[in-house]
Amino acid sequence: MAEPSTMPKEDRSDAQAWPAEGLTRVPYRVFQTEASYTAEQQRIFHGPSWHYLALEVEVAEPGDFRTTRVGDTPVIVTRDSDGEIYAFENRCAHRGALICLDAQGKGKKDFSCVYHAWTYDRKGNLTGIAFKDGVKGKGGMPDTFRMQDHGPRKLRIALLHGLIFGSFSEQVPPIEEYLGEEISSRIERVLGGRTPVVLGRFTQVLPNNWKLYMENVKDSYHASILHLFFTTFELNRLSQKGAIIVDESGGHHVSYSAIDHEAGKDQEYSRQQLRSDSEYRLADPSLLRGFDEYHDGVTLQILTVFPTFVLQQIQNAIAVRQIVPRGVGKTDLNWTYLGFADDTPAQRLTRIKQGNLVGPAGYISMEDGCVGGFVQRGIAGASAQQAVLEMGGGEAQSSESRVTEASVRGFWKAYRSNMGV
Amino acid sequence: MTDTYQKIARSQAEYARCIDDDRLEEWPGHFHGACVYKITTAANYRDGLEAGIVFANSPGMLTDRVSALREANIYERQSYRHIIGQPSILFEDAREVRSETPFLVARILQDGDTDIFATGRYLDLYKLEDGEVKLNERTVVCDSSRIDTLLALPL
Repeated sequence: MAEPSTMPKEDRSDAQAWPAEGLTRVPYRVFQTEASYTAEQQRIFHGPSWHYLALEVEVAEPGDFRTTRVGDTPVIVTRDSDGEIYAFENRCAHRGALICLDAQGKGKKDFSCVYHAWTYDRKGNLTGIAFKDGVKGKGGMPDTFRMQDHGPRKLRIALLHGLIFGSFSEQVPPIEEYLGEEISSRIERVLGGRTPVVLGRFTQVLPNNWKLYMENVKDSYHASILHLFFTTFELNRLSQKGAIIVDESGGHHVSYSAIDHEAGKDQEYSRQQLRSDSEYRLADPSLLRGFDEYHDGVTLQILTVFPTFVLQQIQNAIAVRQIVPRGVGKTDLNWTYLGFADDTPAQRLTRIKQGNLVGPAGYISMEDGCVGGFVQRGIAGASAQQAVLEMGGGEAQSSESRVTEASVRGFWKAYRSNMGV
Repeated sequence: MTDTYQKIARSQAEYARCIDDDRLEEWPGHFHGACVYKITTAANYRDGLEAGIVFANSPGMLTDRVSALREANIYERQSYRHIIGQPSILFEDAREVRSETPFLVARILQDGDTDIFATGRYLDLYKLEDGEVKLNERTVVCDSSRIDTLLALPL
């Protein structure tokens, strides 16, 4: 049986299983197998993609650092005295121990492994080895050992509107090219020219494969069905217009909605009749009394960058989300809530209050924490079955309707391209 | 002193019992005055980061949290068991008391799975009114930054 020799063994079962329908079907086994997970680590997380690492403001000064992960791989992000940001694998070149154990810190001059004190500079270069020359002329490393030949793998860095992305790949295109103009401009819309302030960091541990969360966040079809907060409390006072944007690769998307003042009049009219029937109102509607931050009427913009980054604007609740796989059926969703340095105290309070909408206890995001687990459990005995993605057709293109799964299909388009399946 | 201590311990026991007995509609009634309720993490608290997992600063926001849980939000049926430690009185004068109280919350899912869902401490501000302690502010500082699946019921 002839098989492409370039395909790693672990890919074959998935390649064979991908249904002939293409983008409109997803075999459940890609959420279930160690083989898929292992192949993803290599082909996606070490492949030609950009991965969100941190915010520039989180490593503002030389010696500031944060540790994070790109997929399974632990990574250190830091700023050197040249003012540049560097990232390298958090793995000692000697015996593989973590070099840095802290989540964050300041004033770090170098990084020294606790195991045998092999030491690295802030660029990730090996600069020191304990007892390199032995003791009293005995022991030590051989003369042939060259420190410059050893070190943790370094990441390429791309900065975009205060976001730090990294990649292990030399083949990854520049970030602007990777994202395309439409996606880049929507990141700029939220973050461009502004100094973000971290308001809080929370990790939500999802009981499901990482791809089920990425599908969820790209799924504009589920929003008004699963998330009933806005409809229960009748908070969509004006009818909303919106659209989704899917980039050419399929992997990045934007879903947005905006106040439509024309349609709003009609909607408001019909609302009058609804109002008397509805039982529920917010006791304190100040939660949603936001301020006009972007002057374009867009009240919600969810943006993803393939494979695992989300930028969120829900009214004045701004956050970045980093998705980190922690095994086949477990995923860390890292939330970083943002304000901006020029917020007034009243604006800052609005953001804190609107934080109730999102995160692990979010009025409109709580369900996303459990629905992936419902799928993971639902498909447990259905490895040979497949998900159906036909809402809005079979393509993965931008759409003026949000009643579509186009951006979910886009994710699978990019996934299959990266994975070679 | 002892009197205040006992009143706070009693108030905290009643608070926990209200949540664990699924009498959430009574939960907002445990707050008075400013009605500040915030759930955060030890790391955020240490670093002075303001945002909460849950944040309320009015009686209405507390009520809305309960209404949303009852009427809008979707989550698997679950209950908590709060184990509340002894309050430490951090400050006390004629008008107010600040206390810190450790807690452990087990979460019981409908299939019987029981896990330690959260540990942490309540940082409370009580006002003394007519000889009673009135909870005005509660900051729930969870020891861990990781929340399993979702946080639905209040801590």
